[in-house]
Formats: sequence, structure tokens, C-alpha cells
Amino acid sequence: MKEVKLMKGNEAIAEAAIRAGADGYFGYPITPQSEVLEYLMSQKPHERTGMVVLQAESEVAAINMVYGGAATGKKVMTSSSSPGISLKMEGISYMAGAQLPCLIVNVVRGGPGLGTIQPSQSDYFQATKGGGHGDYRLFVLAPASVQEMADFVKQGFDLAFKYRNPVMILSDGIIGQMMEKVELEEQQPRLTQAEVVKKCPWATTGKTPDRERNIITSLDLEASKQELHNKVLQEKYEKMEEDVRFETFNCDDAEYIFIAYGSVARICQKAIDIARSKGIKVGLLRPITLFPFPSKKVAELATKVKGMMSVEMSAGQMVEDVKLAVNGKIPVEFYGRMGGMIPSPEEIVRALKNQLIGG
Amino acid sequence: MEIKDIIQEKNIVYKRTSLLTDKAMSYCPGCGHGTAHRIIMEVIEEMGIQSSTIGVAPVGCSVLAYEFLDIDMQQAAHGRAPALATAIKRLNPEKHVFTYQGDGDLAAIGTAETIHACNRGEKIVIVFINNGIYGMTGGQMAPTTLPGMKASTCPFGRDTELMGNPLRMTELVAHLPGTYFVTRQAVHTPVAVRKTKKAIRFAFENAENGVNFVEIVSNCNSGWKMTPVQANKWMEENMFPFYPLGDIKVPEKK
Ligand SMILES: Cc1ncc(C[n+]2csc(CCOP(=O)(O)OP(=O)(O)O)c2C)c(N)n1
Ligand code: SF4
Repeated sequence: MKEVKLMKGNEAIAEAAIRAGADGYFGYPITPQSEVLEYLMSQKPHERTGMVVLQAESEVAAINMVYGGAATGKKVMTSSSSPGISLKMEGISYMAGAQLPCLIVNVVRGGPGLGTIQPSQSDYFQATKGGGHGDYRLFVLAPASVQEMADFVKQGFDLAFKYRNPVMILSDGIIGQMMEKVELEEQQPRLTQAEVVKKCPWATTGKTPDRERNIITSLDLEASKQELHNKVLQEKYEKMEEDVRFETFNCDDAEYIFIAYGSVARICQKAIDIARSKGIKVGLLRPITLFPFPSKKVAELATKVKGMMSVEMSAGQMVEDVKLAVNGKIPVEFYGRMGGMIPSPEEIVRALKNQLIGG
Repeated sequence: MEIKDIIQEKNIVYKRTSLLTDKAMSYCPGCGHGTAHRIIMEVIEEMGIQSSTIGVAPVGCSVLAYEFLDIDMQQAAHGRAPALATAIKRLNPEKHVFTYQGDGDLAAIGTAETIHACNRGEKIVIVFINNGIYGMTGGQMAPTTLPGMKASTCPFGRDTELMGNPLRMTELVAHLPGTYFVTRQAVHTPVAVRKTKKAIRFAFENAENGVNFVEIVSNCNSGWKMTPVQANKWMEENMFPFYPLGDIKVPEKK
């Protein structure tokens, strides 16, 4: 039987990382995600599995440590919250360019600037559209529970190595801080050096006589070659479509659809109960992968319902992807709260009635 | 005696290390980068550690170092090489890890990473090429540009009132508990090359004891707008008095 524990989302990330056989974690404290590093340190991971955990001098250093580790084929990760993720952006762009696998957790707080320590979803654009410089994408997973915080660590690492690309878990302060029951995976052993060399023939593991030297770089000064490299990346991002994930609730008979991810998706489920008790047939589409975005599913639903409403803790970011997928076929509305405010189920139902059903 | 009598195996006193690739170096003729590369590769060859060495190239003229060095290498973002090296070494403790960085990279944008890697005592070698200028981007002022020295962003010479003072990074890191061996050398004469090679060899041999930091005061004849010969002379007359050569922190055993 699997071990079941009551944990904070941030602690679940940390425990899952040890159990997934992660080789290294590099981070810098910031609310609301400092428990990741605190929990890791409390576990003496160097004794439990030999995992390296280091508090870096900044988020900039932390992401570049992740680069260095990932380039040797190791399973490495970092976590932070919005302002810290902004600092990591240069490094993330370099990792995308150099095609390095890693896991980055963003426990989002309200912005812009120092903003607030309250939860938000205002980093959607940054996570899904690139964020740093250059044409690149992260694979983005959006957990809606502490269980998913834990599960997405291992799945995130697997996707990162499958695509040789950074994977981001885009969470928020609610899921990071709340406590829920979580079923933990069994301890997975860390890979041996021989296994790393076999799994990552591209990695800088030391040039042996049987192969050419390995170079990890994002640089190619020749424009024609850099364009070719960009094409390879774009093909990879398209291929990610095969791992698109989403969930639907009450969509079969729905006339209206909420689209929401992460903690807001859970609030929307409650809003659905309230709406249905008043005879409003509304369902929910919860994107689990934000990139790749479940555009096909949105387009399919758009042929069946009267309207959609994207509900976010932002000024309206994911709604742009919804509108692109719907392509003008039905009305798409948006309801959001900002700056760390959390929408209540009642106000979401009110917004649905006022903005979409008609008043 | 004919030339063929001289070119014989038994007469070889020096040969090119096999750990440099055949790629023509992109450095300006007369630049010290190429010599520094050669010395590092000679040491790696002599120590027989090619298969266990991982190098980190910076952003700067030596950004393409991995084109010339026949070892596994990573290219870091500007200034971040010590952060990469920190993780490489901690995750691969059996490997020899070194960074190769210019003064803009190491002493301006990467100051935090340099200081903290040195302070933590990461078990790495840092080779620091100080040419007092930003070579790659076309000769702008560096943190190490001398007072009065001209660069494209201080065309009338570095005015320390306006632009601040040059930074002696090597003296600074020598104060930190995590550095083991800290030295300042040069590569512009055969004697200097031999001393530098000895220092780099010592650094690689002692990396398990903490950061081994080797500064090489070098030229940038293009950025300084001089011939290679003028540049070396200018370096001796102006750079060496401000950045005196010699060991700065020597472990007791040495
Ligand atoms: C983040 C960032 N800022 C600026 C640059 C532009 N840049 C490239 S090399 C360089 C200076 C390099 O000078 P130095 O480290 O002294 O090396 P050198 O070229 O003299 O060997 C700068 C500013 C960059 N590539 N990345
Ligand atoms: S610009 Fe200066 S540092 Fe760069 S290769 Fe030329 S001489 Fe060397």
C-alpha cells in the first residue's frame, strides 16, 4: 500500500522529488514556496538518497546551477515564486536553447513587482508564451491539488527527459500552502552514473575515447544554422501536443463552460454546484497542461455549447488561448480577480449570469 | 646540419598537445587567450584527466572555447560559469571541473556567482583572464580597466570619479575562506608561460581542497588598439604595476 500523508503542497513537491530519485535541487527562499527548500533540508536528502540540495545566493545562481547539473544528465530542479522566476528567465531561455531537461516549480504570487505574497495566476503568459528571450516554450503542468503537486514532479521529470526541455509546474500560493491528503510514490533509486551515460549520450559526462566530445551550448553564430536549430525546437514543441492533458466536469449536457486551471478550477466546481441548483447547465474544462494547451478540446466544446467563460486569478491571460481556439464561433467571456484576491463560487456564478447568459 | 637532421623525435623539446582540436582559433593574432587554452590542455593531457574533466566556457571572446578544447564542455550565460561549475562538481564529485572567464564575465556581471562559489569553497578551478577590457563586444570599459585607460565607453580614459575604480578581484577572493590557492600570472613570455603552467597544474591537482583561482593578466591588442608587441609592452608597464604577478594565497603545504 502506498504511504498516505497530510502535507502542504510545497512539502509534497519536496518529498516527491526525493522519492522520484532527483539528483539535485537548487533554490533561493521566497514566499509562498520556501517550504520546498526547508522541507528538503529537514529530510537530510544527502543521507536519504544522496540528493544534492543547495541554497544558492540568488535565483539567478540557482537556475544556472540547474543548467550545470542538467547538462551532465542529472535529474535536477528548482522552485521559486513569481519575482524569483522572473530572475530565472535568462537561464531558462538558455536551457531551452541548449535543450536541457529540468523541472522548475513556480508557486505564483500576485504581481507585478514585489506585488503580494497572496496567490495569483498572473504568470500564465510568462510560463506558456516563453517568458525569457527567444522563440521557446516550456512544457507547463498546472496542478489543482496537493496530490497533483506530488504526482507532477515525477511526471514532469519524465516529460523533461522525453523532450529534452525544461518543464514547469505552474502552481499558486493556495496549492503551495494548503494541506491535503497525499498518496506518495515508493522511493525510486537515483540513476547510477552508468545509467546516466546510457540515458543521456548527449551529456557532458567526460569525453571518453569511444565518442566525440559533448558540448552543451545555445550558441550558433551562423544565422542559417541557428534557424535550423530553431526549426528543430519548433518541431519539438509541436510534438508535445501528444502529451496534452485536461479534465472535464459536467460537460455532457452543458450549455455553458467554465475554463479554469489550478485552484480556480476547484472553485469553479463549487460554482457549478450552485449554478446547477438554479437550473443553469454549466460544465468545466480544466486544462492540466497549459502548454500544450488543449485547444482541440476547446474547439470541440465550442461546437456544442452557447458560450464559455475563462475564470482566472489574473487580468485575463488564458482567455486569449481560449479565444484563439474558439475562433469567434461562440461568445467567450472572462472573469478574474487580481493582486492576490481569490474569486468566490458565488461571484463566479454571478459573472456567468451577467456576462454570458444575459442580462 | 640539415633541417631533417634537426626535425627528429629525439630532438623534440615541445609539441602541440593532442587535446587542442584542429579548428583554427578565432582569437586575434597576439591575443593571450590561445596560449592560456594551450596551457590548460597541456595540464589536462599530462595529468591524464581528459575523460574526467568538464569545462565551462563564459560569454566573452572565449565563448567558443569549446570549439578548440577536446573535452566535454558547457557554455554558460554571461557571468554564471561558477554557478554551473558548482552544480557540476557537487553532482559529479569524481570529475575535474573548471571555468574559464574574462574580466567582464567574472568581475562585473558574474561578481555574485564568483564570490559565493569562492566563499563556499567549491572544489573547482577558476581561470580568470584579465585583459582590462571587454574584448568580444568591441572594447568597452571593464571592471578591471585601469584609471586613465581608454575604452570605447570611456573614450577619454577611465575617470574614477565618474566611473568608479578598477576591481582587484583576485585579492578579494583570496580573503575568502573557501579559496585554497590564489595566484596571478601572465602568458606573454616563455618564462611567464612556464610559471602559469605550474600554477594551473597545482590548481587542478588541489581542486579537492577548495577553489583554486588562477588569474592571468593578458592583453587585448585589438581592444587596446595596439600591435601585439606594443600591447605586451603596455601590459608590462601599466597592467602589472596595478595587478602585480605572483601567488596571493598559498596553502601551507606548497
Ligand atoms: C546578459 C548579457 N549581457 C551582455 C552581453 C554582451 N557581452 C558579451 S561578451 C561581453 C563582455 C566580455 O568581456 P570579458 O568578460 O572581459 O571577456 P573578453 O571578451 O575580454 O575575453 C558582454 C558585455 C551578453 N552576452 N549577455
Ligand atoms: S578582441 Fe581582444 S580578447 Fe578578444 S580575441 Fe581579440 S585580442 Fe583577444
